Amino acid sequence: MSFLQLQALGKRFGEHTAVAGFDLEVEQGEFIAFLGPSGCGKTTVLRMIAGFETPSAGVIRIGDEEMTRLPANRRHIGMVFQSYALFPNMSVYDNVAFGLKIAGMAKCEIDARVREMLALIDLEPLAGRYAYQMSGGQQQRVALARALAPRPRVLLLDEPLSALDARIRVALRDDIRRIQRELGITTVFVTHDQEEALSISDRVVVMHQGRADQIGSPAQIYNRPATRFVASFVGILNTFEARVVAPGESLVEMAGQRLCVPALGQRAAVAAGDSVTLALRPEAFGIQPHGADDVALDGEVLDCRFLGSVIRVQAEVAGQRIACDIFNQAGTLEPRPGERIELHFSAGDVLLLDD
Amino acid sequence: MRRRQVERMRRWPLLSWSIVLLAAGYFLLPLYATFQFSLGMQRGELSFAAYHWLFGSDRFLDSLSYSAVASLLAILAGTLLVVPTVYWVRLKLPQARGFVEFASLLPLIIPPIVVVFGYMRLYGDGSWLPLTTSDGRLDLLLVIGYVVLALPYMFRAVDTGMAAIDIVTLTEAAESLGASRWRIVVSVIFPNVRSAIVAGAFLTLSISLGEFVMASLLSRPAFGPYLVQMGQDYAYQPAALAILAFVITWACMALMQFFALRKPGQRVLPRLWAERTTKKEREVS
Repeated sequence: MSFLQLQALGKRFGEHTAVAGFDLEVEQGEFIAFLGPSGCGKTTVLRMIAGFETPSAGVIRIGDEEMTRLPANRRHIGMVFQSYALFPNMSVYDNVAFGLKIAGMAKCEIDARVREMLALIDLEPLAGRYAYQMSGGQQQRVALARALAPRPRVLLLDEPLSALDARIRVALRDDIRRIQRELGITTVFVTHDQEEALSISDRVVVMHQGRADQIGSPAQIYNRPATRFVASFVGILNTFEARVVAPGESLVEMAGQRLCVPALGQRAAVAAGDSVTLALRPEAFGIQPHGADDVALDGEVLDCRFLGSVIRVQAEVAGQRIACDIFNQAGTLEPRPGERIELHFSAGDVLLLDD
Repeated sequence: MRRRQVERMRRWPLLSWSIVLLAAGYFLLPLYATFQFSLGMQRGELSFAAYHWLFGSDRFLDSLSYSAVASLLAILAGTLLVVPTVYWVRLKLPQARGFVEFASLLPLIIPPIVVVFGYMRLYGDGSWLPLTTSDGRLDLLLVIGYVVLALPYMFRAVDTGMAAIDIVTLTEAAESLGASRWRIVVSVIFPNVRSAIVAGAFLTLSISLGEFVMASLLSRPAFGPYLVQMGQDYAYQPAALAILAFVITWACMALMQFFALRKPGQRVLPRLWAERTTKKEREVS
């Protein structure tokens, strides 16, 4: 049985349905990210797990215990907030010790645990400082130590990196993952940043309009998006309208080319002449032929941007604007706007989107 | 030459200084005149005789200490009433904030004489809760009256203090660490609105220390009625009393400012030697 279970979870605010029929099972020690745009319900689900919102429907279980109606202060769940939420009247030491004092631990035990936590986040020398005397990154690390100190059963992270600058964000992201692995704590991380979600988690839950559109590993989410929303939200995607030619052979016609799309074979009710939506990631394109299942499209370069490791080319293909990334290797010539270009991709990389 | 003149003008802007001096004169001259008058009790010389007389008077000390105790009780009751109310309204009933704010402003609209007559009608002899039947009960009624009078100031001070901190997130953070609501109010909310409470407390003290209407109509031996009585019976002592009341009020204001500006972890008095940042602390920073 899974450690954290959310069954048919729902939440309504008056007439507005924030979350509906949300199911999720999280294994012990797993790192799960809720990814989605603002208002998709990811924070509401997190707040229901924390006990700050009461579900309108469904059940929340941690281990064998049902948590649905249990008050937040009796759930043994640690939480880190976007705004740090350190107690301004307390020093770093007292902030970390707060939960331990409430748990009624002995003074010497509290001292040992606080020092252990401060060592974990590498902020031992700042034990006597107050929130206003520290940077945002330091405050968030203290907030993490404070949440972890009472050894919670689940750690919830509500967009903990959003208020930080890019460099600190990456460093703290790595710290969070390292600490989570060291302690083996079950973690739910909420973010609207796909790079964050994909880079840090064991599994990603892509949320849309209060539902989980897809649950899978970062590679599954990126490479095999299950819905049109997931495909468009995670990464950049070029979409093409195509017509089914021979369903048995998975043959479609797209931009004047006939190609075999293996994914079509997995769809049951497809007939010849049906319209389907195909998609390709920018990095699926290249300027060299791909091999046996290579497809070439002829286009005109509209714009070209140098992004360091890749060159992003905007091109018009069959009357449609598409983006493709070309690896910046030694000797790669940057295409110029107005030039004709032949873009190659492998038919196996084509994604078939749902209707 | 002209540039030097402009620079001098910038350093000593004539108009601004004239306004400051005029305003200072407007406030300080009457005060100085009152102070000088208070020193003239002994004919032909300046002395603190009026002040000596006051400090030697039992009635002065009794009325001052009575009012001080009543004010402190009003501060305590007001804090216990206002802080949890403002906290709860901000946390759970934000839609009721307008109503609570309006209710807290009522003592500014309703004259104290109406309030005290209302008390006497409501808590008089035949009342279900008689509070005018003994000295102790009248003292309690006076304290309640002071709490009501100071409510607009206490509410505003505490409300502003709570607006400055994100009480919702702090409450949730404390709850996730296992704290009960009571523990959150005591350990997190009270210390973080301390300066606001202190500001409200000193305003309460300033109002209730010299309050006349309620104390007089409830026949309490408070400082306000004593001040008025002295004004009717003596010449120099009321001037000395006015100066003392002024000093007490300004001392309250100074303390309020001191507590309001102090950050957590700052020492009450500066250390004699500079607090040194350790090498390790600098490295981490």
